[in-house]
Amino acid sequence: MSARATVEAAVKLGLTAEEYAHIREIQGGEPTYVELAIYSLMWSEHCSYKHSRPILGRFPTSGPRVLQGPGENAGIIDVGDGWAVAMKVESHNHPSAVEPFQGAATGVGGIVRDIFTMGARPIISLDSLRFGELDEPRQRFLFDGVVGGIGFYGNCLGVPTVGGEVYFEPSYAGNCLVNAMSAGLLRADKIVRAKAAGIGNKVVLIGSKTGRDGIGGASVLASQEFDETLEEKRPSVQVGDPFTEKKLIEACLEMLGGDLVVSMQDLGAAGLTSSSSEMASKGHVGLDIHADRVPLREADMEPWEIMISESQERMLAIVSPARLSDVREVCARWDLDCTEIGEVTDSKMLRIFWHGERVGNIPARRLADEAPVIRTPSFKPDYISDKPVAINTYERPDDLGAVLVELLAAPNIASKRWAYEQYDYIVQANTVQIPGSDAAVLRIKDTSRGIAFTIDCNGRHCYLDPYRGAKAAVAEAARNLSCAGALPVAVTDCLNFGNPEKGDMYWTFEQAVEGMAEACEALDTPVVSGNVSFYNESFGKPIYPTPVVGMLGVYDDVSIHTDQRFKDDGDVILLLGPDSAALDGSEYQKTMFGQVEGRVPDVDLALEKAVQRVVRDGIARRLVKSAHDCADGGLAVGLAECCISSGATGGAAFADPDRVGPSRARFRGADVEIKTTLRDDVALFGEGPSRIVLSVAPTHLPAFRQLAGELPLAVLGRVTGAVLRCTIEENVLIDLPVGELSEAYESLPDRLD
Amino acid sequence: MITVPAVRFGVVVFPGSNCDADARHALSTFGDADVRLLWHKDTSVGDVQAIVLPGGFSYGDYLRCGAIARFSPIMQAVTEFAEAGGLVLGICNGFQILTEAGLLPGALLRNTGLKFVCRYVNLKVENAATPFTGACREGDLLRIVVKHNEGNYTVDPATYTKMQANRQIVLRYVDARGERAAGANPNGALDDIAGVCNEHGNVFGMMPHPENSVEAELAGGADGGKIFRSMIDALRPAVPA
Repeated sequence: MSARATVEAAVKLGLTAEEYAHIREIQGGEPTYVELAIYSLMWSEHCSYKHSRPILGRFPTSGPRVLQGPGENAGIIDVGDGWAVAMKVESHNHPSAVEPFQGAATGVGGIVRDIFTMGARPIISLDSLRFGELDEPRQRFLFDGVVGGIGFYGNCLGVPTVGGEVYFEPSYAGNCLVNAMSAGLLRADKIVRAKAAGIGNKVVLIGSKTGRDGIGGASVLASQEFDETLEEKRPSVQVGDPFTEKKLIEACLEMLGGDLVVSMQDLGAAGLTSSSSEMASKGHVGLDIHADRVPLREADMEPWEIMISESQERMLAIVSPARLSDVREVCARWDLDCTEIGEVTDSKMLRIFWHGERVGNIPARRLADEAPVIRTPSFKPDYISDKPVAINTYERPDDLGAVLVELLAAPNIASKRWAYEQYDYIVQANTVQIPGSDAAVLRIKDTSRGIAFTIDCNGRHCYLDPYRGAKAAVAEAARNLSCAGALPVAVTDCLNFGNPEKGDMYWTFEQAVEGMAEACEALDTPVVSGNVSFYNESFGKPIYPTPVVGMLGVYDDVSIHTDQRFKDDGDVILLLGPDSAALDGSEYQKTMFGQVEGRVPDVDLALEKAVQRVVRDGIARRLVKSAHDCADGGLAVGLAECCISSGATGGAAFADPDRVGPSRARFRGADVEIKTTLRDDVALFGEGPSRIVLSVAPTHLPAFRQLAGELPLAVLGRVTGAVLRCTIEENVLIDLPVGELSEAYESLPDRLD
Repeated sequence: MITVPAVRFGVVVFPGSNCDADARHALSTFGDADVRLLWHKDTSVGDVQAIVLPGGFSYGDYLRCGAIARFSPIMQAVTEFAEAGGLVLGICNGFQILTEAGLLPGALLRNTGLKFVCRYVNLKVENAATPFTGACREGDLLRIVVKHNEGNYTVDPATYTKMQANRQIVLRYVDARGERAAGANPNGALDDIAGVCNEHGNVFGMMPHPENSVEAELAGGADGGKIFRSMIDALRPAVPA
C-alpha cells in the first residue's frame, strides 16, 4: 500500500477538491488509499446520482400495486393472484461504446442480477439501443457487436429477449446507447431486500473469482465524457461469463426459496465496495470485510483493487452461521465458489481488513448518505424553438407512394428482424407475442393472467422539446401496451443525457423529468425503478436527450390480447384519435428533407387516457381484431405495418420466415380514404400522439362506435386484397402491393453488408 | 375401466441447460406422461422409459458444444440406456451432445450465417416410422422454432449414404409449401437436415425445439407436441380392447 491518499490522488480518481475535503472531515484526517478509492466510487455520478437526486423526487413512485418503489435493486409490482413482477432498466452505454460485444453482454448480465437478487426468476429482457447512422462502418460494427453481445448473454442464460427498440441518429455516433431492461416473476410475499441484518451473521461472496477487470468502471468510464482516450478505457470494461451467471441464478433462487440467506446483493458498479456499503447502510449495521479472503484471478491484487473490481457474476449474501453449511452445499452442487469474507457488526462502520490489519474504516451511513448533491443552474438551450415549422417551406414530393417505400426502408422504421432473430425470444414457454408488434406479451403459468412489456423513447422529439418529448415517451409506451390489450401499471426509466455540469444540458434533464412525471401521474403508471446515465457526450457533443421508458402492463385474462396484424377481408379499418399530425421532428422530415426542426405536438393527457381506455375495452370485449399505435412515419406507415405483418402465420405477428413460396399471397391489403384538414403528405406521414389504427368486424362497428362515444373516430376503409391504397379527396396517393412494401420494410440487412 | 400407467420420462439437467424446465413443462401438459429431472452428476437414470437431453448451453458450450457434457457421469448411464434400446431425444444442445457422445452420426457446425438464429421453420416429416414421429404422417409439415448458433448438420458421405438407405433422415427444413428451398434452411445443414435418428431408431436428435411448441395459445404453436405424443404412444402398452 504505497500510494498516499492526497488531494492529487483524489482528483485522479475522479473526485473534486471539495469532495476530498469533505472526506477528510468524515474520516478525521487523511484517508487511507483504500478509503479514498471507496469514496471515489460511491461518490461518482454513477453510484451517487449527485446531479439527478434533487430532480428525481418529482416522479410519482407509489400506488396500490407498488410493492417496492425506487431504492432497491428493482421495483416490484403486484400483478394479481399473489404474483409480483420485479423490473428495472439500466444503461451500459460507455462500456458498449468502448467494447460493444462485452459491454452489451455485461449490461444484460448486470440487469438480470438486479432481478434475481430480489428473489424473482428473470423471465424477459428488452433492449433500447441507439447508434449513429448505418452508412458509417463504425456504427455497423457497434450495432453488430451490441446485438451479438445481448444475444450471447441472454440466450445462454435462457432469459428470452422479447422486445426492444433501435434508433439511428447522428447524435449517437460517438456515444451509442445500450439500455438493458429485465423483469422477473416472484411471489408477492417472498421479496428479498438488500439489507444486512443480524450481528454476527456472515458475509459470503458467491460466484466468480475477482480480477482486475472493470477497475473504475463506474467512475472513470461511466462518469466522464468521451474524448480521444476512448481506446485506453478498454480495460475498464468487464468481461461476461453467462454460464456462471446461469448457475448463479439457479443457486441463488434455490437459497432464497429455502430461506437459507438473510439478504442478498449483487456486485455491480463499484463491486464489493457498493454492495457492502449499501447493505450496511440499509441495515443500520456495520460490516467487516476481509479483502484477503476474496478468491482472486490475479494473485498480486491490492486491497483497493479488490474492493472496487467490477468482475462479473458475483453475489454477496448475509448468512446466519447456522445456515452456512447449507449455503455451501448448494454452491458446491452448482460448482460455484462460496467464501466467507466477513461478518455483520454493530459498529455501523464499513471496515476493510488485509491479513488482519485494518486498512479501511468508514462510517457506512455517511458514505451512503453524505454523497454530494449538485443542482446545476440551468438555462434553455438556444436551439430550442417555440414555433412549429411553416409547412409551405417544405415542398410536397410528387410521388407519395415512393415516399412510403422510402420511409419503410428507413433504418428507424424498417423491421428489426435482423436483430431480434439473434435473440431467443421463446425460451421459458411463456411468450404469447414475439417481437415485431407493439408490445411483448407473456402468460403467467398456471393462471389466466398475463403481462406485457414495452420500451420506448423518441430522442428526436426530446431534442426538439424535452418536456413534450418525454411526456410523449410515457404516453407512447402506455399506448403500445393498450394496443396489445394490457392495462399499463408501472414504469422503469433510463434517463440518458449529456454532461450535467452544463446548464443547458441540465435544463433538458429537468424538463424531461417534469414531462415524464406529469404523464406518469395522469396515466397511473408510477416509476418504480430506474437509472440515470449522464456524460453521454463525445468531444463535447451531447446525445439527444433520451429518457427511455420501460413499461409493464397486466391482463386478468391474457387470451384477449391482440396484435397489429390485419386479420380478415372486409374488416373495417378505423382511426381512433385526432386528425392532427405534425411534420416537426417526424421521420418524414428527417428522411425526406434532412431536417430536424420545429416544435413537436404536445400530448393531451386526458384525451390520451380516454383513447387508450377505449381501445383496451374494445379488445377486452373482443370487438377489436387488431390495434396499432401510429408513431414513427405516421398514419401511412402505421397502415402499411398492419398490412405487412398480416403475412405472418401461426400465433405470432411477423412470424413468417418464408421469403420464398406463396406466403406473399397471404398478405392483407387495405383500401382507405382519409378525410383531413392537413396537407395530404402531412396527413399521411406527419406524427402526432393519441392515434391508433384498429380493425373491427363490420358487425361490431356499431358497438365499437358506442364505446368510443365522443372521442374522435374515423372510418378509414376496409381490409381487402393485397394492395395498400390510400385516397385523399379522390386523389389516389398510394397504390402499392403489400409484397413490395414488405420488401422495403425487410431491407435492413442490405444496409449491413 | 382399465387405466394405463403414465410413461416415465427423465429430463437431464446439465449445468447451463436452459430448456430443461421447458421440456419438463411440455411433458407435464400430457396427461399420460410423468416427468422427473436427472442431475448430470447422477450415475443412474433410474426406471425411466425415455430420456430427453434438453437445449441450452451445457458447460457454457465451452470448448465445443456438447464436448464437455458427453463426459458427465449421467452420460455413461444414458449411453447404456440407449444401447439397451431406450428412447433418447436430444433437442438442440441435446442433439449436439448426442453426436459428441457418438450416439448419433455426424456433427453440428457453426451456422453458415455465423450468427445465432431464432426463427420459425417448416419441417417435413421424412420418416414417420420412428418412435419420435409415429403420430405424424410422412410428408406432414411441422412449424417449430429453431434457436441456435451451431445447427449446421454435417456427416461424411459414406455414413450419409448408409443413413439414407436406413431412413435415418427424419426431419428436413422446407418452405411453406413443403418443398426444399434455399431460404428455408436456417443454418446451412447438409441437404436441409433438421433431425436424424440412429440406426436402430431409438435415439433421435433435432435442432428445432418441440418443447416450445405444445400449447396453441402461445407463440410457439402446438406442432411440436406431435414429437412427444409419438414417444408416449410408442411406449404405452396397448390398451386391451
